Amino acid sequence: MATRIDRRMAKLRNEGRPALVTYFMGGDPDYDTSLSIMKALPGAGSDIIELGMPFSDPMADGPAIQAAGLRALKGGQTLAKTLKMAADFRAGDNETPIVLMGYYNPIYIYGVDRFLKDAIASGIDGLIVVDLPPEMDEELCIPALKAGINFIRLATPTTDDKRLPKVLQNTSGFVYYVSMTGITGSALADTGKVAAAVKRIKGHTDLPVCVGFGVKTAEQARVIGANADGVVVGTAIVNAVANVLGPKGEKTADPAEAVATLVSGLAQGVRSARLAAAE
Amino acid sequence: MNKPATPNSFRTGPDEQGMFGIFGGRFVAETLMPLILDLERHWNEVKNDADFRAELTDLSTHYAGRPSKLYFAEGLTKHLREVSSARGLAGGAKVYFKREDLNHTGSHKINNCLGQILLAKRMGKKRIIAETGAGQHGVASATVAARFGFPCVVYMGATDVARQSPNVFRMKLLGAEVRPVTAGHGTLKDAMNEALRDWVTNVEDTYYLIGTAAGPHPYPELVRDFQSVIGIEARAQILEQEGRLPDTIIAAVGGGSNAIGLFHPFLDDKEVRIIGIEAGGRGLDGIEHCASMNAGAPGVLHGNRTYLLQNSDGQIMDGHSISAGLDYPGVGPEHSWLRDSGRVEYVPILDDEALEAFKLTTRVEGIIPALESAHAIAHAVKIVPAMDKDQIVIVNLSGRGDKDVHTVASMLGMEI
Repeated sequence: MATRIDRRMAKLRNEGRPALVTYFMGGDPDYDTSLSIMKALPGAGSDIIELGMPFSDPMADGPAIQAAGLRALKGGQTLAKTLKMAADFRAGDNETPIVLMGYYNPIYIYGVDRFLKDAIASGIDGLIVVDLPPEMDEELCIPALKAGINFIRLATPTTDDKRLPKVLQNTSGFVYYVSMTGITGSALADTGKVAAAVKRIKGHTDLPVCVGFGVKTAEQARVIGANADGVVVGTAIVNAVANVLGPKGEKTADPAEAVATLVSGLAQGVRSARLAAAE
Repeated sequence: MNKPATPNSFRTGPDEQGMFGIFGGRFVAETLMPLILDLERHWNEVKNDADFRAELTDLSTHYAGRPSKLYFAEGLTKHLREVSSARGLAGGAKVYFKREDLNHTGSHKINNCLGQILLAKRMGKKRIIAETGAGQHGVASATVAARFGFPCVVYMGATDVARQSPNVFRMKLLGAEVRPVTAGHGTLKDAMNEALRDWVTNVEDTYYLIGTAAGPHPYPELVRDFQSVIGIEARAQILEQEGRLPDTIIAAVGGGSNAIGLFHPFLDDKEVRIIGIEAGGRGLDGIEHCASMNAGAPGVLHGNRTYLLQNSDGQIMDGHSISAGLDYPGVGPEHSWLRDSGRVEYVPILDDEALEAFKLTTRVEGIIPALESAHAIAHAVKIVPAMDKDQIVIVNLSGRGDKDVHTVASMLGMEI
């Protein structure tokens, strides 16, 4: 069963360019503003949306995404509201894939069966759950695959060739290659090493490989996109929101517009990626 | 929760997946997964290795000062017998303290740190990181890092840095770098998040020396095994000194390493009542406590499934305890399993009750206990007067209280 992610990736492959995958934090700084950001993403050039589920203890995230999650939680965001946000978005866009990204505990407390049912009803296409490695597949991965939702796994520089098959086994949609050992928002790794890693993973799977962690500028998106099937940008987007919030959280400019401006630039980067690679 | 069937032995966990029933597991980011598997491989190699055991035993004896004494707390026993008489009960069990406070660095934490530093050395790691609440584990980590020549970074919540300043200074003297963590309430939970972020960044050369019997498998198992020396000794000592097993054993539970260390060797002694003490803070009615097993629910945090203080959306709460070492919204997974299986009782003790026990022990025993340990003593104070005189209670005196004098002074409105 092809999902929106599969269809979108096939379409981009035909166009001969990598996907721009954009992460933002659901509910940051409040529900309505966040929904307006989400709605602005496809028009600005985002191909796949990663909708962040805020968590109190985001162990794999750097200061920017930690702060965004806390702003969202302070603004009253819950997992139920994040699902509603996806549903509200879906009412006006039935094509752009939505991937929920976050940590397991809120899903576990919500209840896995109830969560999957509501996720499907909300038009969710895939899940990235940072703290569920393949060793814990029975928890959510297997039930999600049975329910028809892609389970997108992270592969990292520490995932060697011996371990890759285990990581890829129940992965679908795409593989998310974490460009470095570290937390989100750190400096971009050596792009030559990233390209080699993407090639290595492609030797094990036909799935598209998207690269994230550390990509902040259009130029970086262009360079990474020359070899990868997609480029994930998160911290830069979350920072674009933070930059238009005053010390008390008041908006000093329109966050959706700030994000759209950034994403438009990044979209130009990925659209010139293969041209650059061909040169 | 459904109560699991009573197993033949309570000492066989975890299973190969690192589970104690539904608790435990390996809920970590993929970056860390190969490291945890590598750690498990090394741990399985050394845990029955005679050379490793011999080296650890030698260090435990000559460096840490083991075995720690099992001390008949005659002053406290006498006091509680008077309390019993005043109530017309004419009872009062004999109270023993397992003197982990007499270890090098002043608490049980050295037991685990010595074991793990030897493991880190075997694994060829070059750098040690640790998290700490009260600073006891931070001090023990900095100590073994100094002894074995490792650079050491200790993550400590900013709140704890302020309330445990003597330990912060000790760590610095020992050559460790103390990094204050301002996220959240600036306590142990936040320090653990930051240590995990360091580890995920420095995967090649860094050993994460977790201080309690929690985190992803195999940490709960290996920390328990290194701390079980407490219970193994206590069991042999009471058999020698009294000719029989105790009626009740009591230990305070934050993450729960001193408690699991005392409890584990007694788990299959069905006649021994086992009680773990959680931090009741200012009471279980509100949110100012750390009684995750009395007032929390199972959830997933810091690599394992266990009882957690959390809201209905699965967001982790901060909790509160007068004792920095108990100020953690979770607990080691084996305790969660022992709770659900009914083998161990877990009860809360309030800040005020712990403070009274701290003062009492200081006065009648000439021992200043750590505030963590004072929680366990406070429960003994509650139950001992109603017990018979020929009964025996062992309390784990997990650490000494010198580090807490500033906190206690400010609670009592005194300046020092």
